[in-house]
Amino acid sequence: MTSLPERTEKKLGLVIDLDTCVGCHACATSCKEWNAGGYSAPLTDQDPQGSDPHGAWLNRIHSYEVGEGPESRTVHFPRSCLHCETPACVTVCPTGASYKRASDGIVLVNPDTCIGCKLCSWACPYGAREYDYDDGVMKKCTLCIDRIYNETFAPEDRIPACVRACPTGARHFGDLGDPDSAVSRLVREREGFDLLPEIGYRPVNKYLPPRPRRDRAAEPVLAAMEPPSARSSDSLVDRFFSWADKTLAR
Amino acid sequence: MNPAYSVIIFTTASGAGYGLLIGLAGAVALGLVPRDPALGFVGLGLALTLVTIGLLTSTFHLGRPERTWRAVSQWRSSWLSREGIAALVTYLPAGALGLGWVFGEIVPGQIAVAAVLSMLCALATIWCTGMIYSSLPTIRAWHQPLVAPIYLVLALATGGVLLTGLLAAFGNPARWAAAASLLALAAGWVMKSRYWSSIDAARKSYTAEAATGLGSLGTVRPLDPPHTQPNFVMREMGFQVARRHAEKLRRISNVLLFALPLAAGLLLSLDLPGFGRIALAALSVLSATAGVLIERWLFFAEAEHVVMLYYRGGAA
Repeated sequence: MTSLPERTEKKLGLVIDLDTCVGCHACATSCKEWNAGGYSAPLTDQDPQGSDPHGAWLNRIHSYEVGEGPESRTVHFPRSCLHCETPACVTVCPTGASYKRASDGIVLVNPDTCIGCKLCSWACPYGAREYDYDDGVMKKCTLCIDRIYNETFAPEDRIPACVRACPTGARHFGDLGDPDSAVSRLVREREGFDLLPEIGYRPVNKYLPPRPRRDRAAEPVLAAMEPPSARSSDSLVDRFFSWADKTLAR
Repeated sequence: MNPAYSVIIFTTASGAGYGLLIGLAGAVALGLVPRDPALGFVGLGLALTLVTIGLLTSTFHLGRPERTWRAVSQWRSSWLSREGIAALVTYLPAGALGLGWVFGEIVPGQIAVAAVLSMLCALATIWCTGMIYSSLPTIRAWHQPLVAPIYLVLALATGGVLLTGLLAAFGNPARWAAAASLLALAAGWVMKSRYWSSIDAARKSYTAEAATGLGSLGTVRPLDPPHTQPNFVMREMGFQVARRHAEKLRRISNVLLFALPLAAGLLLSLDLPGFGRIALAALSVLSATAGVLIERWLFFAEAEHVVMLYYRGGAA
């Protein structure tokens, strides 16, 4: 049923730290690796060895240049399903294949009933849903439901593949509906934010902003390299070189 | 948005088909056309053929067309599902109307009921089509109050032009049909012009800074893309038409869809010999067809999706 649950018992989701993400794409590749064999299988690619290789991935990493001049910086930005509380990708679905689970809030596509009309991808502002051209159905982040509840896994592995793979600990997984959970505390401490809240889908996943820069800009170094100018306090030798510099520059 | 040919043909063909059905059913209900079985057969046949071609074409857009039947289940939340149901339900009164008109199987009172129900169901179907687009907050050019009414009025206009041509071919002067088409065409022209000036003037309120939440650090410019070749999201939602071309195409569409059929409709209200009427009406049909195809192509090609902010930066 594509009507949304009134409330969900949990709000499982990710918290992504834009301060520590180094843009290595390990989360994206491990996501692709896991999901090509799990719930989302097959997660196909088209023309992989040809001139136009592309395929369905559930996690994409952008890199942006943010700010101007010496204050500018590079910010790496992982983008995947935000498991919104009121997502139109679910309500627009004509078949009921797209649904939000009342138990944990995860947004899923049933690959057996999806007709591949792609309307859910039109409704999503975050580009979270990708069409699998070979499978004929939509694919999206499942929060690795086939890992997080998998009791054959060691407890430390019962987290999404992207979180497990991140080498800098920039990805956190937990219940954002529980105000005392580690992820909720992290969001409060670091002033985590929603993407495009004005669209009104109420994303569960949160992003943590880059911390203020600690290194200062490079002006003092540049100022020290400016050519000498004659000042009355300078020594005779300094004033001579200053005169020579001016004379030779004519 | 990618102007997929399957969706362009679906919305224009079924739109004209439902418009023609509404025109024929209205004429029957008001007693404006003779109870001629041949006219009923050709007219309703043409309307339902256009509708059916459109609906079948729309399934080419699907990844799993064999599962189309599942699309009627989610009418509580989905405009696409509602459209599917309305489209299927329309066949019932339209079929009854056909039986009564062509084969004389039902009595006149029942024909009027079938005609009115056909009109209501066809109107509901077109409205649902418009709402599929206008309910999406992610596409500014579609999330407009005029979108669904324009779908409605263009279906009536193209269906009316078809009806005028059909009646001319049957030697029926039917000035009322030409006059009704003139009204729909004029209303369509006014609404479409308003729509275009409104999407041109609207503020691009979504920005890359809001999409990434990094606006407090300054402007956000794409540096490294996530992938080297366009993915599904870019292929489906990254289509861009040059503004210069769009303006030219808008003018061509205005001439073909509105100006020429309006002029033809005015001439048809004069006393013309039968052959002249048929030629003029046929020209009007051809012109409106080309015009509405361009209009629908632009409807998709000009629409910018918010997700492209992540790839292109800027505002949408």
